Amino acid sequence: MISINEVIETNEMIRRMNLDVRTITMGISLLDCVGKDVKETCDKIYDKITTSAKNLVSVGKEISKMYGIPIVNKRISVTPISLVGGSVCKTSEDFVEIAKALDNAATKVGVNFIGGYSALVSKGMTKADELLIRSIPQALKETSLVCSSVNCGSTKTGLNMDAVKILGEIILETAELTKNQDSLGCCKFVVFCNAPDDNPFMAGAFHGVTEADKIINVGVSGPGVVKSALEAVRGESFEVLCETIKKTAFKITRVGQLVAKEASERLGVPFGIVDLSLAPTPAVGDSVGEILEEIGLEYAGAPGTTAALALLNDQVKKGGVMASSYVGGLSGAFIPVSEDQRMIDAVEAGALTIEKLEAMTCVCSVGLDMIAIPGDTPASTISGIIADEMAIGMVNQKTTAVRIIPVIGKIVGDRAEFGGLLGYAPIMSVNKYSCENFINRGGRIPAPIHSFKN
Amino acid sequence: MKKTIITVVGQDKVGIIAKVCNYLASNNINIMDIAQTTVQGYFNMMMVVDANNAVKSHDEIASELESVGREIGVQIKAQREEIFDMMHRI
Repeated sequence: MISINEVIETNEMIRRMNLDVRTITMGISLLDCVGKDVKETCDKIYDKITTSAKNLVSVGKEISKMYGIPIVNKRISVTPISLVGGSVCKTSEDFVEIAKALDNAATKVGVNFIGGYSALVSKGMTKADELLIRSIPQALKETSLVCSSVNCGSTKTGLNMDAVKILGEIILETAELTKNQDSLGCCKFVVFCNAPDDNPFMAGAFHGVTEADKIINVGVSGPGVVKSALEAVRGESFEVLCETIKKTAFKITRVGQLVAKEASERLGVPFGIVDLSLAPTPAVGDSVGEILEEIGLEYAGAPGTTAALALLNDQVKKGGVMASSYVGGLSGAFIPVSEDQRMIDAVEAGALTIEKLEAMTCVCSVGLDMIAIPGDTPASTISGIIADEMAIGMVNQKTTAVRIIPVIGKIVGDRAEFGGLLGYAPIMSVNKYSCENFINRGGRIPAPIHSFKN
Repeated sequence: MKKTIITVVGQDKVGIIAKVCNYLASNNINIMDIAQTTVQGYFNMMMVVDANNAVKSHDEIASELESVGREIGVQIKAQREEIFDMMHRI
């Protein structure tokens, strides 16, 4: 029988420490939606999504009520659209039509984002891939719920530097087209290396081609719970610290597993994975930056930050893996700047720079996330930042990502306001030296050697 | 048998248990166990109940208990037992 103290512990996590299930994401394959033309393809896509995910939002609410745990987001990920639209889309505008169909379907079923306006070009681009990539700025301007991603490298294929060059330009163009909202379009676009097929978190979620027709993936969160648990072990050794994080991660992930199983049963869709990421929000007490401070740093970014993050990420995985029958997605700690109040504070205090964030991405689950930079940053510099991050992923056999926002009209010291879960971000300074000649070379960076590890 | 856990958190006062028990009795919900404690000055009560014979859905019961709580100035939650089992038992 459950004891009253256990019940109180769980409910305090929910009430006081912001424990929640961050997202239930339904992955839907659109490979069977290719029609004879763009219009028919759009109609089939709309129909399949609105039928498959008809009950997603209401089931999410029911489960939330049944267990008394908030389920913050309900989302959909779909097959990368460059594959779905490949045969019918002859222009970038054709792809934008599909983006609108996705947006309409997402609005109809009431989810708050739909991901998968994506292309997988880690080795090369097809004509369709390039058309889709070129359509991203317009698609993100004309839709509100569509998220886009491009995978432009992997450990097995190396880096597609032609794509990296274009993506720098695409990010700037997206920023320009949405400049009256502080370049918000760029918040919905991620560049990946080693992108996972089953990530439930936005903006990078898509339904990989290795997946079943439909699947339920769940992302759990809970930085506040880890932070509170660590308050109780201040000054203790690393052994105690690690044990505490591991036990807490186990408890958090178990809730995700429960919700995932229940959602899968009620929707009649197989359970895919639980993504056990620590995902912060702008709310006070829901911050990965605060955990790093609790571990013993004055600010995130101080010397020791990379080591602290490495142990945090590893212990989260060790605790979480045992709690769920299938773990996947990104699983680890997210370090977005704008979505985490203490990370923002660290930037504003001068403790945290892009270069330190880059080092931190070597040991955590994703990469340079929600970083606002001056709007006059050259496209080649953005490509250079992407290339650096992709290289870290490629060499270290891990997923890395870049979600960077050149905020048009703003300079270092200003702030960009994105609103809601996306929060606000201080504009960070970028190294001013050029990498144009490097980016303009064209071609690929070959896959790294997998022996002689040093 | 699926069990539901009802928790009450708030300032202690006369009649909290009576109020909750009245609601449960009139909705055909059987109380299997009650425990209470005080944490940091707050009254905490937990009831393990069997709501399988209740006519109302879990959703309705949870919402109605919430409003019963509001009437007497405490927080009342009804949650299915599995969330606690999953978190605290391997």
